[in-house]
Amino acid sequence: MGRLVLRRLAVGLLVLWGAVTLMFLLVRVAPGDPAAVLAGASATPDQLAAARESLGLNDSLPVQYLHYVTGAFRLDFGQSTTLAQPAMSAVLGHTAGSLQLIGAATLLAIAIGLPLGTVAGWKPGTRRDTLISPVTLGMQSIPNFWIGIMFILLFAGTWRLLPSAGAGDVQHLILPAVTLALPFTAIVARLTRSGVAASTTDAYVQTARSKGIPERRVLVGHVLGNSLLPVVTVVGLQIGALIGGDVVVENVFSWPGIGSLLVNAVNNRDYNVVQAAALLIAAIVVLLNLCVDLVYLRLDPRIRTES
Amino acid sequence: MSTTTLDSGAALTRYGTVLRRTRRRTGRAGLVVALSVIALYVLVAIFGPMLVHYNPVSANLADRLLAPGSTTSTGSTAFLGTDGLGRDLVAQLIAGARTSMIVGLAAVVGAGVFGLLVGLVSGYARGAVDTVIMRIIDIQLAFPAILLAIVIAGLFGHTLTNVVFALAVTRWIPFARVARASTLSLRERDWVAAARVLGVPWWRVIGRHVLPFVLGPAVAICTIEFSLIIVSEAGLSFLGVGLPVTSVSWGQTIAAGQDYLNTAWWISTFPGIALALLVVAIGMVGDRITDPSSSRFRSQ
Repeated sequence: MGRLVLRRLAVGLLVLWGAVTLMFLLVRVAPGDPAAVLAGASATPDQLAAARESLGLNDSLPVQYLHYVTGAFRLDFGQSTTLAQPAMSAVLGHTAGSLQLIGAATLLAIAIGLPLGTVAGWKPGTRRDTLISPVTLGMQSIPNFWIGIMFILLFAGTWRLLPSAGAGDVQHLILPAVTLALPFTAIVARLTRSGVAASTTDAYVQTARSKGIPERRVLVGHVLGNSLLPVVTVVGLQIGALIGGDVVVENVFSWPGIGSLLVNAVNNRDYNVVQAAALLIAAIVVLLNLCVDLVYLRLDPRIRTES
Repeated sequence: MSTTTLDSGAALTRYGTVLRRTRRRTGRAGLVVALSVIALYVLVAIFGPMLVHYNPVSANLADRLLAPGSTTSTGSTAFLGTDGLGRDLVAQLIAGARTSMIVGLAAVVGAGVFGLLVGLVSGYARGAVDTVIMRIIDIQLAFPAILLAIVIAGLFGHTLTNVVFALAVTRWIPFARVARASTLSLRERDWVAAARVLGVPWWRVIGRHVLPFVLGPAVAICTIEFSLIIVSEAGLSFLGVGLPVTSVSWGQTIAAGQDYLNTAWWISTFPGIALALLVVAIGMVGDRITDPSSSRFRSQ
């Protein structure tokens, strides 16, 4: 098992290096001169040349790449052009907000989606089961930024129950977290439903029932553990989508996190912050995927003993 | 005693058949409704802008923020109200439908063609080529799709082509994966082996003997990808990193309405409903075609 963990770690590092390379290529391929952005619109040719020199744009591409990669692994992406601090410290300063929102949304999605899916799947074909499919389809497909705005309209505007924007206490967290959690609640519910529904006819469930074990214990002790595996896998696969949703939702609610920082940076052409934010998000995705893999190892004894 | 069990057993079977039949019927009704909704959107996108003229850069301050159903200064009725610059929302929604369809179609075709090509080559070549391509996919997946789209649209500038490019670049992976998975098994089939043995060049083997069997699943993914792309476009435009202000997008209208949430709820609400209705309809159709229980796709 130790070897397996090490291999996953190595693949994670490889992916991170690839992500840095991809970002380097994107910035080089994109039109526009970073030196012109740094020097400002009214720069003289001398100032422009100095900016080019300070950015290392006169070096050959491989040298630039080497500088970029070493810089990236020291978390050095240069100075932010609008925030008067290093790009990475600006991004790191906004990380806690994003993690808080993502964490709250994940907990909500599991806390609501798991029971919902279990209730539906335990009695397949009943009304509460057939109802869940259209409900989850709606939750999954309606764009979350619009739902967020409708929440603001109703809960902050019409009913004046919750704040519409910003961060601070728990009240500020409710609307963005629920908005972000909706599609993932649907995914968790759908998967749990199909897992539980499939296992109701399995031999081990019938054995447990015929031994006279109460239904509740059969469900909790025998069925849930086995139907959790696909849920964990897909939650892992959805981490990217969750963080993508977070970027959008943060902007709807002016939530101080990486997402709102990133969109501001894109609009202000603050490319160093854009790269730092994108790569930090990539690192978080890789890290969380690794964590999911490890959880998976713990949950599924077959994988644990295989290697 | 035994007759009652038999009876109840038969009743149960009968009940099951009835249940299945009604469900199939309601399912079919849902599919018909969903397909009609999609057809309506397509018609509106094609013919709507010819009938209802809309100028995105006009402003008519006399008709600002009119509530749905009120009469404008020219005497016409604004059925869904007007926005902060006095532009009619019905006309805006119709123009936005066309934008969404154009962006969605172009990006889905771009992503589909590129993804299929990569997936076919990857699955057919196997070995080192396949490994490298799969690693590249892993690397791209480290960036959430919408994040990559924001960065690309931001770096390359906000134009229609760049938005389509950004969305296609972020959505080709599912096509590549499906094409690769099918190709891996198809390349072992007899007719492919026969073609290879006969000395047919590899690109023609892929094109004539593998591709036709990959197209079916690829079309199925198109539905889901199309709606994801439409939602992403609206999201990008909503964030201000999507289409330029000279074009009309539901996302832009939703964003514009954000400033008037307390006074003019209709501006953000209606484009979202238009978007949600379309996406749910596509989702229903997509669910149906990708349903593992439907026999057509069981073989893959």
